[in-house]
Amino acid sequence: MNRERLRDIVLEELSAIAPDIDIATLDERARLRDEYDLDSMDALNLLTALHRRLKVDIPETDYARMQSLRDLLDYLEPRAGG
Amino acid sequence: MSDFLMPSLGADMEAGTLAEWRVAPGDRVEKGQIIAVVETAKGAIDVEVFESGVVEECYVGPNTRVPVGTPLARIGGGERVVHDRPEPGAVDEPATVPEAETEAPSPGPRPPSPAGGGPSPGASPAARRRARELGLYLERVAGSGPGGAVVLRDLEGAGGEVSSAPGRPGGGGEPTEMRRAIAAAMTRSKREIPHYYLATTLDLQAAEGWLEAYNRDQPPVSRLLMAALFMKATARALVSYPDLNGHYEAQGFRPAERVDLGMAIHLRAGGLIAPAICGAEALALPELMARLQDLVQRTRSGGLRASEVGTATATVTALGERGVDTVYGVIQPPQVAMIGFGRVRRRPLAVDDMLAIRPAVDLSQAADHRVCDGHLGARFLNEIDAQLQHPEAL
Repeated sequence: MNRERLRDIVLEELSAIAPDIDIATLDERARLRDEYDLDSMDALNLLTALHRRLKVDIPETDYARMQSLRDLLDYLEPRAGG
Repeated sequence: MSDFLMPSLGADMEAGTLAEWRVAPGDRVEKGQIIAVVETAKGAIDVEVFESGVVEECYVGPNTRVPVGTPLARIGGGERVVHDRPEPGAVDEPATVPEAETEAPSPGPRPPSPAGGGPSPGASPAARRRARELGLYLERVAGSGPGGAVVLRDLEGAGGEVSSAPGRPGGGGEPTEMRRAIAAAMTRSKREIPHYYLATTLDLQAAEGWLEAYNRDQPPVSRLLMAALFMKATARALVSYPDLNGHYEAQGFRPAERVDLGMAIHLRAGGLIAPAICGAEALALPELMARLQDLVQRTRSGGLRASEVGTATATVTALGERGVDTVYGVIQPPQVAMIGFGRVRRRPLAVDDMLAIRPAVDLSQAADHRVCDGHLGARFLNEIDAQLQHPEAL
């Protein structure tokens, strides 16, 4: 799956979890947790949604290393098929 | 036959606005069915009916603000159905809709609401507040949130610039209704309740180890968060300490029969709501976790039910990973205890005769001194600690 399409999917799911985030101006390098106030429940909901959409299971230990949207896309790109 | 009344959704609520009817005169309703949406300081709340029957007459039209206890509709056997719909109230709702808004594309068929409440997709509290400020009708806005819910960004361009943080205190504008409600409840709490405070540090090695092992084999949808363990341990301990679980009213303290555990949930636009998980002490961890997720989702995007708001028998606040080490809560009247969990953090702890680096959390409690003393409170906190040392048994 190409990165643009992947980005759209991640942003769509992020926006469903945190509807008040303005995804149009989201900075790819910003720390999601701090800049966008994502708590552990939001993070888990995002992982659940991405697992459902992309069939990529991100273990918690891997997620803990990802800080930003860019990190997330870097992780997903080689793993997401189709 | 009886009247369906404007419910009291918390000790601080004096009036509410009937936002919409989910039923019409002549409809048969079942006990527990959501029949109306009421706009309160806590956002839009779905209100259930307490008896089965037929909606015979709606007394009050949408967008009408009435005091708590005002009859809204008559529920009966169906002999006297009055089909005239009352006029929508004219209260602070401008009659005209800005041009940009009427040109919004038709939303088309909506997916079913996640709350399962009915045909209306709902709206986030921030969006409802903003819509009111702008004088928009939410029904005419295409929602892009979960289940078609109207969220803040859907209102952008509809009535000018949408501020990034509506309702944030100190933002220069009028304090919002939610801020006023929090102010009223907390002022009453500090005026009437003689709080006492206790805190202790818990070693979470056992809980964290168990949680990691549990989650390793689970897909994301079935994973647990530490917050669920905190809630369950607290609910169990409250069963053993009934003096901390209940309501203090005019006649004095009345302990509750089960633990309806409130969870303070912060809203991104500012403010917080503490809806309850009913009977939390009896829920297995996966079920408790699912309820918690559902509650957070509905608190933030709309669809809380009247039976979840203003009914908690004790409340937990957990700061999570963005918090600080310790929180001392303020009791939400008429409750008598607020239990606080700070951020889980690796810290040096004395373990046996060694210094160890362990995941730890500061557990605190604010309790009502009219009902119990610090000695009992201390035993209660130690009981929560004991529960968390055996996570496999939670």
